[in-house]
Amino acid sequence: MLNYVVRRCFYGVLVLIGVNLVTFMLFFTVNTPDDMARLNIGGKRVTHEQIQKWKVERGYDKPLYWNAAAEGTHQVTDTVFWDRSVSLMALDFGRSDSSSATDIGHEIGHRMLISLQLAVPIFVLQIVVSVAFALLLVFFKHSPIDFWGVVTCVLMLSISALFYVIVGQFLFSRVFHLVPISGFESGWDAARFLILPVMLSLLSRLGSEGRLYRAMFLEELGRDYVRTARAKGLSEPKVLFGHVLRNALIPILTSAGSYLPYVFLGSLVFESFFGIPGLGSYVIEAITGQDFAIVRSMVFIGSLIYIASYIVIDVAYTWVDPRVRLA
Amino acid sequence: MPKIVILWSDVVVLATLVLLLLYGVRIRGSANLRATWLKVLRDRAAICSAVVLVLFFAVAVIDSFHFRRALADAPSAGAQQRQAYGTRTESLLDVLLARQLEGRETSYSAPLAIRGFTKDTVEVDGKIARTYPRLAHGGERLKDESQRLPDLLQRAATGLLLGVLAALLAALGIAFAIARAHREALGTAWRALLRNQTELPWRAVVVTVLVLCALFGPLLALAQHYHVFGTDRTGNDVFYQALKSVRTAFVIGTLSTIATLPLAVGLGIVSGYLRGWVDEVVQYLYTLLSSIPNVLLIAACVLMMQVFIDTHPDLFETGAERADVRLFLLCVILGLTGWATLCRLLRAETMKLSQLEYVQAATAFGVRSARIMVRHIFPNVVHLIIITTVLDFSALILYEAVLSYVGVGVDPSMNSFGGMINLARTEMSRDPLVWWSFAAAFGFMVTLVLAANLFADGVRDAFDPRSRSFRPKLRRSAA
Repeated sequence: MLNYVVRRCFYGVLVLIGVNLVTFMLFFTVNTPDDMARLNIGGKRVTHEQIQKWKVERGYDKPLYWNAAAEGTHQVTDTVFWDRSVSLMALDFGRSDSSSATDIGHEIGHRMLISLQLAVPIFVLQIVVSVAFALLLVFFKHSPIDFWGVVTCVLMLSISALFYVIVGQFLFSRVFHLVPISGFESGWDAARFLILPVMLSLLSRLGSEGRLYRAMFLEELGRDYVRTARAKGLSEPKVLFGHVLRNALIPILTSAGSYLPYVFLGSLVFESFFGIPGLGSYVIEAITGQDFAIVRSMVFIGSLIYIASYIVIDVAYTWVDPRVRLA
Repeated sequence: MPKIVILWSDVVVLATLVLLLLYGVRIRGSANLRATWLKVLRDRAAICSAVVLVLFFAVAVIDSFHFRRALADAPSAGAQQRQAYGTRTESLLDVLLARQLEGRETSYSAPLAIRGFTKDTVEVDGKIARTYPRLAHGGERLKDESQRLPDLLQRAATGLLLGVLAALLAALGIAFAIARAHREALGTAWRALLRNQTELPWRAVVVTVLVLCALFGPLLALAQHYHVFGTDRTGNDVFYQALKSVRTAFVIGTLSTIATLPLAVGLGIVSGYLRGWVDEVVQYLYTLLSSIPNVLLIAACVLMMQVFIDTHPDLFETGAERADVRLFLLCVILGLTGWATLCRLLRAETMKLSQLEYVQAATAFGVRSARIMVRHIFPNVVHLIIITTVLDFSALILYEAVLSYVGVGVDPSMNSFGGMINLARTEMSRDPLVWWSFAAAFGFMVTLVLAANLFADGVRDAFDPRSRSFRPKLRRSAA
């Protein structure tokens, strides 16, 4: 298994280099470093010297990918791409391109904590609530509860998450004044600001997740071991909770695992709607401000977390299901 | 003569229509396909949502014939002067909804209102007063305000009556078609229809048509004289905006999935069949693509495209063309960034298929790899492509709303559900509340997405031999 993990890690590094190359190409095919300098220095008259100074300060004064003037290996290493990629691999994100030039690494660390406060409850509760809801439907299968439950699921998954947010904010903050509309405070006060986004996030995904898990449970219910368990005379709750639930853990793990990257990256929609200063809203600010250094760092972190979570999920399979052998 | 304008997305909508018709011809010719699609249509939810989807698609098609009006010649101009055209690009839908388009108010007005929503300083009987101003177009022909309610009721009743009549005509038409197909009397067919004893669930279709007509009849009747869904901040009719958004949603739903197909199908089949280094490269590519957070990737691409559009203003004659190119490129970007899932699915399926006897037999006969992939593998994965296409349709419509919110969606000048929701957000925090834009966007979007979802479920159940339908059923006493 160690062998497998090491191999996957190497592959991950390869992917990360590719990701970095893609972001670079995407950005620099339309924006030259000169454009960036002009945009960030601002003002109407920008002299050539100012641009040069900005580029030297931020390290954009070298050629992008290929330094024809240098010799030997320096043709590759003496470029913006090499400099930036190497420092990114060492998790040194440098400073943002905007005039404030904040330290991106520090900012990301700070904001990731805030994102986690929102995302971890969502992640855990999502699995619990969806599985519970699905179990309820499965337990009452072939009854009106099941039928109308699924109808509700289909209806709910046809509604955009934005509608949930808007209606939720309107009802709970404006009409009933239960929670603040948006904003954030650190410490225990955060709970007041987080409860609504967490609830709404759960609600907005309950339809699709509930239906998915219900299908998974029904799939498991058709298997032989269920018949054996029933033949032994086990009660239906015992079959469902003792046997089916444990066996359905693998598909549940797979589908929940695909959300793992977003636990760290935060949800764009929920963070910016509720004014929570996490990574999601950081990304939106960077996109609107065209701050390439931040966007690139976020893409890098996103891919890193994605790759890492998939390795974790693979390892988790062996733990949930002893039959799985990683080779 | 107006100048016909063919926008990129028009081509897409019309090409979709042509492709659907061609596919229909193909279904008629192939017994196998016909059986599968009949299975889809036998599903009551699927056939009802198909009716709704056809209605929405019709709106999108009507909205896809664009032209620019010819301007009247200036009196001093000579004959040699070139014909000038209006700067506004209009569609056939705009002509049909000319009243909604022309009848602009100054600001917000509630649905069916005849007075504005916000107070304004106006002259009443020679005196300056601060009051809710009378709308310029909403209920303009009413002489007295007390006539509003009777007028509303009368119009709604007329619309309802006409709608129900149209639905009855449609039901008669269906019964007539059944009677002809089965060579039986019209009365027999009519009774079979009412008792739900037809092969396809036609009664459900008739009920759907009846509900749609009963909804749209009064709506259209009232729209002749009022703003049925009110007006937005700049006084534009919300009903008109919602109808225009349908086309945007359709273009995004169809074009984005079509754009994924060449890469997903090509790379998926090739990598699954050839294996070796090709497979490694393709796997690397889609791992790379799916490891970048989707919104970030799309945002980066859209910003790039926006820079291109901004730096080449000479390429586009009108604002509509520019907005349309943005929509088109957005779909292409969604396609180019979203092929990983389908590619992975097709690769796995191809790997399974290439082990089967018939493919091995073809290899043994010396059929070339390219031919095997096209003739033997591709037809056997088409069902996966169809299922993914219909399933993605509704997901993309929902995604557009999120992208518009982030600011990387369609052009702000183009009507879209995302744009409407975005504006509705600020309106919902106004006091007094402006709810109608939000409600209209909600109603239209949920109907469209729900219909698409239900139809997709029917297609999946019919096309995937392995998928087990876990539809819940209400036990009936009769059955």
